[in-house]
Amino acid sequence: MERNLFDEQHDAFRATVRQFMAKEVAPHMPEWEAAGMVPRELFKKTAQIGINGLQVPEAFGGAGVDSFLLNAIVFEEIGYAAASLGGLQVHLNTVLPYFLEYANDEQKSRWFPGFADGDLIASIAMTEPGTGSDLAGMTTTAVRDGDDYILNGAKTFITGGINADLVIVVARTSRDGDNRRDGLSLLVVEAGMEGFVRGRNLEKLGLKSSDTAELLFDQVRVPARNVLGAEGGAFAMLTSNLAQERLSISITAQATATAALNLAIDYVRERKVFGRRVADFQNTKFVLADCATELEAAQALIDRAILALDTGTLTPADAAKVKLFATETQARVIDRCLQLHGGYGYMREYPISRLYADARVTRIFGGTSEVMKSVISKSLAL
Amino acid sequence: MTMRIVVCVKYVPDATGDRYFADDLTTDREAVDGLLSELDEYAVEQALQIAEAADDAEITVLTVGPEDAKDALRKALSMGADKALHVEDDALHGTDVLGTSLVLAKAVEHTGYDLVLCGMASTDGGMGVLPAILAERLGVPQMTLLSELAVQDGVVTGRRDGDSASEELRAVLPAVVSVTDQSGEARYPSFKGIMAAKKKPLESLDLSDVGIEEDQVGLENAWTTVLEATKRPARTAGTIVNDEGEGGKQLAAYLADGRFV
Repeated sequence: MERNLFDEQHDAFRATVRQFMAKEVAPHMPEWEAAGMVPRELFKKTAQIGINGLQVPEAFGGAGVDSFLLNAIVFEEIGYAAASLGGLQVHLNTVLPYFLEYANDEQKSRWFPGFADGDLIASIAMTEPGTGSDLAGMTTTAVRDGDDYILNGAKTFITGGINADLVIVVARTSRDGDNRRDGLSLLVVEAGMEGFVRGRNLEKLGLKSSDTAELLFDQVRVPARNVLGAEGGAFAMLTSNLAQERLSISITAQATATAALNLAIDYVRERKVFGRRVADFQNTKFVLADCATELEAAQALIDRAILALDTGTLTPADAAKVKLFATETQARVIDRCLQLHGGYGYMREYPISRLYADARVTRIFGGTSEVMKSVISKSLAL
Repeated sequence: MTMRIVVCVKYVPDATGDRYFADDLTTDREAVDGLLSELDEYAVEQALQIAEAADDAEITVLTVGPEDAKDALRKALSMGADKALHVEDDALHGTDVLGTSLVLAKAVEHTGYDLVLCGMASTDGGMGVLPAILAERLGVPQMTLLSELAVQDGVVTGRRDGDSASEELRAVLPAVVSVTDQSGEARYPSFKGIMAAKKKPLESLDLSDVGIEEDQVGLENAWTTVLEATKRPARTAGTIVNDEGEGGKQLAAYLADGRFV
């Protein structure tokens, strides 16, 4: 079905991004997968076509757009190209919103120009070896010492952690009060700060071109002027952007599943078995018809959610429903599209195998499917 | 004084898609997505670089084509060109390179020019002779197929890389120049460029505006006629030789059987 979210400028921007992905990204995916990360210079190139600065205010060199539609276009095109740029996705869709919302004027003038021109890429360090979805249980600490905080702790599974120039670290700054959600703060750690050590680039099942790191903080002296938002108020800040983060994951899930469908269609039209094209078998037709139908439904849900996010009406439960449905759909569609490839689908040289491996984590990160169901069930007053 | 650069561009069917022909054997533009010819992007890029290096320059992009050809102009504007000129007229349907070059020459004269830039060929027709014909019609020097060029003090210089030699060329403006795909990667339109393009002037002209009669253009008046267009048959699977000690002999036999050697 025709999507009715986009105008002419959106279409022109999509054409630019598509051309960029086809030339600058897709051909390099195998090499970046082998390297375990994309080259840092790529984010300078994405900045040149305006991707990095879309939502950065004009005063700092950005385009000052407050709609999410353009971000959606960028990550759809990355997905359609069967590529993934995890570090950029986290920077733009998860981390930048915290800066836009909570940075003070001095911080904006210090960091925003770099965000717009691609000199600065940021990541966020929430998860610890001992805590995942249970944010309040984290043990990284930041203790006030004069004009600084002394940061100690370890974080893991940090997307973009190797490439990032800035890392928002969630740390406990106090244990006062009865509510264990109080006392968490956001500290912006800069590359090169003494005691900030990047550990291993973790080996993952999929998303191999995204750097995912362990980060260690050993007596890191972070100036108080690097605290983002109110000290002690991080829990509320962290939950305020979850809807956008989860929608962003859903958009990528949908786009990569759409790429898988297109790959399968191309493959079954070419491949012959028992003297016929695979596309000529009724099973193939039915499987792909199912995939196309499920994707149409997921797209309708996502498109409604994008518009709701723009108007500020996308609730956490809404976003959870979208992520649950879109990522489960992605898993089913890609699995069936791989099956139609037969043995070749299991070979890394076929992009469908990469999509299959990449898809597994979307039901885990940004909140697992089970967490999504918990969020949704709360909205049902259960 | 402002240097007036005119870049001639073409709106072509997406080269990565299938090609179709209409009943009159002209290119069917309804069936496939169109875009700014990739080879013309190099000309736009060179125009932008020349304008950036100049004190004062203005870039006009010019196309002859149907309504949708405005897409090609908008892309060039979003890359950074200043204004656009579109010659569209129902009578232009099916015009050949001679007719098109006439329309371009009249339009270029209409808008005024110091330097006309073209791509090396269109990605659909692939004639590659338009820049030369255009220069003849305008009565100005032509420097074709350059892989490098620069403009200084009213003189254009450049290098043409041939199979056996590289030639350094120069011409006094006004002149017509075409550039190859070796002249430097074209920039992508940026988001800001796309937004700015919305506000740039895009003027439409018809044949009477540029002083051309209907009987000088169109399919009827083309110098050549396409008699038939047949879809090329799908490529058949190649022969696979498994080397089990006799691979070399099998290859030699294959070449001999096909009279390749």
